[in-house]
Amino acid sequence: MIWLDVLVQGILLGGLYALFAAGLSLVFGIMRLVNLAHGDLIVFAAFAILLITATFGLNPFLAALIAAPLMFAAGWALQRFVLNRVLGKDILPPLLCTFGLSVALQNGMLEAFSADSQRLSVGPLESASIDLGPVTVGTLPLLTFASAVAAIFVLNRIFYTTALGRAFRAVSDDPTTASLMGLDPKSVFAIATGLAMVIVTLAALYLGVRANFDPSIGPARLLYAFQAVIIGGLGSLWGTLAGGAIIGVAQTFGAQINPEWQILAGHIAFLIVLLIRPRGLFPRAVD
Amino acid sequence: MALLSTHGLTAQYGQFKALFGVDLHVDPGECVAIIGANGAGKTTLMRSITGVLRNAPEMILHNGTPIGALPADQILQRGIAMVPEGRKLFPSLSVEENLLIGGQVRKGSGRWSLNEIYALFPILKDRRHSPGTALSGGQQQMVAIGRALMSNPGLLLCDEISLGLAPVVIRDIYAALPAIRATGAAVIVVEQDISRALAVADRVYCMMEGRVTLTAPAKDVTREAIHAAYFGAAA
Amino acid sequence: MHQVTTRTRASTIAGIAALALIAVGLILPAFAPRSLIQDLFFILTMLTLAQLWNLIAGFGGMVSVGQQAFVGIGAYALFAGVILWGWDPVPAILLGGLAAFLLAIPTAFFAFRLAGAYFAIGTWVIAEVTRLLIAQWKTLGGGTGTSLPREATSDIIGVEAIANLFGLRDAAARDVLAYWLALALAVATMAAIYALLRSRTGLALAAVRDNDNAAQSVGVDARRVKWLVFLAAATMTGLVGALIFMQTARISPDAGFSLTNWTAYVVFITVIGGIGRLEGPILGVLVFWGLQTAFADYGSWYLLALGLLAIATMLFAPRGLWGLIADRWGIALFPVQRRLILEGAKDG
Ligand SMILES: Nc1ncnc2c1ncn2[C@@H]1O[C@H](COP(=O)(O)OP(=O)(O)OP(=O)(O)O)[C@@H](O)[C@H]1O
Ligand SMILES: [Mg+2]
Repeated sequence: MIWLDVLVQGILLGGLYALFAAGLSLVFGIMRLVNLAHGDLIVFAAFAILLITATFGLNPFLAALIAAPLMFAAGWALQRFVLNRVLGKDILPPLLCTFGLSVALQNGMLEAFSADSQRLSVGPLESASIDLGPVTVGTLPLLTFASAVAAIFVLNRIFYTTALGRAFRAVSDDPTTASLMGLDPKSVFAIATGLAMVIVTLAALYLGVRANFDPSIGPARLLYAFQAVIIGGLGSLWGTLAGGAIIGVAQTFGAQINPEWQILAGHIAFLIVLLIRPRGLFPRAVD
Repeated sequence: MALLSTHGLTAQYGQFKALFGVDLHVDPGECVAIIGANGAGKTTLMRSITGVLRNAPEMILHNGTPIGALPADQILQRGIAMVPEGRKLFPSLSVEENLLIGGQVRKGSGRWSLNEIYALFPILKDRRHSPGTALSGGQQQMVAIGRALMSNPGLLLCDEISLGLAPVVIRDIYAALPAIRATGAAVIVVEQDISRALAVADRVYCMMEGRVTLTAPAKDVTREAIHAAYFGAAA
Repeated sequence: MHQVTTRTRASTIAGIAALALIAVGLILPAFAPRSLIQDLFFILTMLTLAQLWNLIAGFGGMVSVGQQAFVGIGAYALFAGVILWGWDPVPAILLGGLAAFLLAIPTAFFAFRLAGAYFAIGTWVIAEVTRLLIAQWKTLGGGTGTSLPREATSDIIGVEAIANLFGLRDAAARDVLAYWLALALAVATMAAIYALLRSRTGLALAAVRDNDNAAQSVGVDARRVKWLVFLAAATMTGLVGALIFMQTARISPDAGFSLTNWTAYVVFITVIGGIGRLEGPILGVLVFWGLQTAFADYGSWYLLALGLLAIATMLFAPRGLWGLIADRWGIALFPVQRRLILEGAKDG
């Protein structure tokens, strides 16, 4: 029965990774931009929540509600004032910009918050669990997974049924023609990055309540997010959930065998999928 | 006052100069045709007017206001819409979404709505949920025209809407022109087919190698004059 | 009459100056203080790493952020050779190149499958996997790492000769040896890159960088060129990694596979100096060394500033410092762009 338990834990962990991945996938889908600072932005959002929690004595869930619009603004400004200026045919400038941002953010946070591990405290909820017959699962992991499903559902609705989503798809197809429709691709990009930062805030909330975090852990989150995106298939938001689950299951199984193998097992699972399904599990026709 | 006018308009792609001082004007409600051989600079002219290529502000006036340096999205908001060469439908959007995105930043209330477009091109209503690019060439052109109309433009630019289409289909498409003009909109049609251009337009401009070589009312322009303007040969 | 040339007057002068510099570099240990030799070792190894990264990213369009994989594996191969098989450290450097070459094959295989910018993270994943695997290698110290044994470092080939030649103590002589090797690697790398860029393959690489599809349609086998360049750069990076850690004589997975030291610094050097040109990393490494000497004590503030500087460079001077200089005065020391010279154009 232990393996069933490990499997369920892994899938639920995948929910967290899908949350990491959704923002990355959204931004790449719309503007072909890979944000190498994505993981550090997640950690940054976690510190923002921590700061709000500490300053106003709020519950982290409420604090995240306040942090989300702030992160939206930060993402919007980052896109508007930095990334839009380097976006173009050449993929090098935006990559190097976000790489610089990654290093700057990590070290800025190190100065501001020190290298100490932090955690968002949600009281008894941390240890609560639900009995599901054959397995008992933690309430928080379950909540994380449910939030990931909800977030991806909402993102998909936005993408495929709203005017904003239409604008996202149009600028992604052809920014010049989109501008002939009265859209300003650069402001659409800024909104997209802002939206991605809202998802990042949600991811940061669960990152912080489930485990310790410190300024150095961003890059690893970027790698998990990236792996979930690639396994899922570029452009497929539901795919990131499957991708996250695969990484999560591989990690929990690896850890079960030998705690030192947890991270390695996730990476190996990714490489195996890349080997046999280079376009991921649910590739979109275009791209 | 002219609805739109260009003054010594120039344009270039990198080092390559494509327009050398184009002067043109369109009056309210007028239909102007632009003809010229391949590479004459017609599309470049359209791209300059619509802000895809930027110019000095004073090179293009709209109701007397300089708009030459405005970006494309602001040009559209001033009521100048374009049906681009090659249709350029958004592949990720359905037919209806392609139309809706054209009306996303509508200017005030005007004649055109989804239902009006479907009345103009009934076939589109049946195909409204197909991807825009899954339609025939003629149907795609109808979507492209409908998409531009959805913003209720005061000036509509049509760049080679007959390109690559069968004669009957071209006829169907041009049949929509009177309804469009009935809204009071002025129209610029770029057209390779000279007789069709002369048939629909009030006035024609002929371009050659980045310059306007002829401008005349459509009804009293002669074949010889066009021949000379088109090919640059001594008439 | 016309001919295609890449030579400019500045380049001829630069060529002569470079030869003179190399000669000075060779005899420098005879009179330079030990600290200068150590600084130059640092500058030369970072320069070589930057030139190699510039080759794949700047000239080849393959933005790798996983070059630490090759530094680390190269270093570990040297340690394995010395500790496990009793090799002398100097020939063991070659093991580093070999190991990096072997690692580059699966790296390229996986990373080339990833679209555009995702290539970058793909290389990063491989570097992480390698680091985690190496950390499992218990005989080389596992996660905490290990040091070169005293016996091995005390009688490295050539050290005694150098010690006698310059009248130095062993430790200083080891620095001289490492410095000469770094100089040799730097010169060889830059000469090879220069030659490559001026060859047909260099043209092909430019075509690949600008547009994969277009390159294919003019008959350039884009995949082959990318593989070739990536493997060659990885091999050289492995050699440099082995040399660096031969000098440090101590290794751990975190140091060997450090993203900051072997990729971030290298990226900043190239970007700030000027990416996509040979002069860039040279200027960049000097600026970097200056910054490092002045501000490295500020720790994370320093890195924060470097990151912001890289962003500012991309925003305001995307071709780096050398780009600014070249625009201002139109000079190119190592020109790789072809210019058409029309002789007798005046009377033609
Ligand atoms: N994107 C571009 N980059 C470089 N040159 C261009 C570009 N677009 C057009 N040109 C050049 O500008 C000139 C004018 O082109 P333009 O497309 O405006 O001609 P046109 O009159 O619309 O021709 P056609 O009837 O074939 O559509 C041509 O010589 C063309 O080669
Ligand atoms: Mg044209």
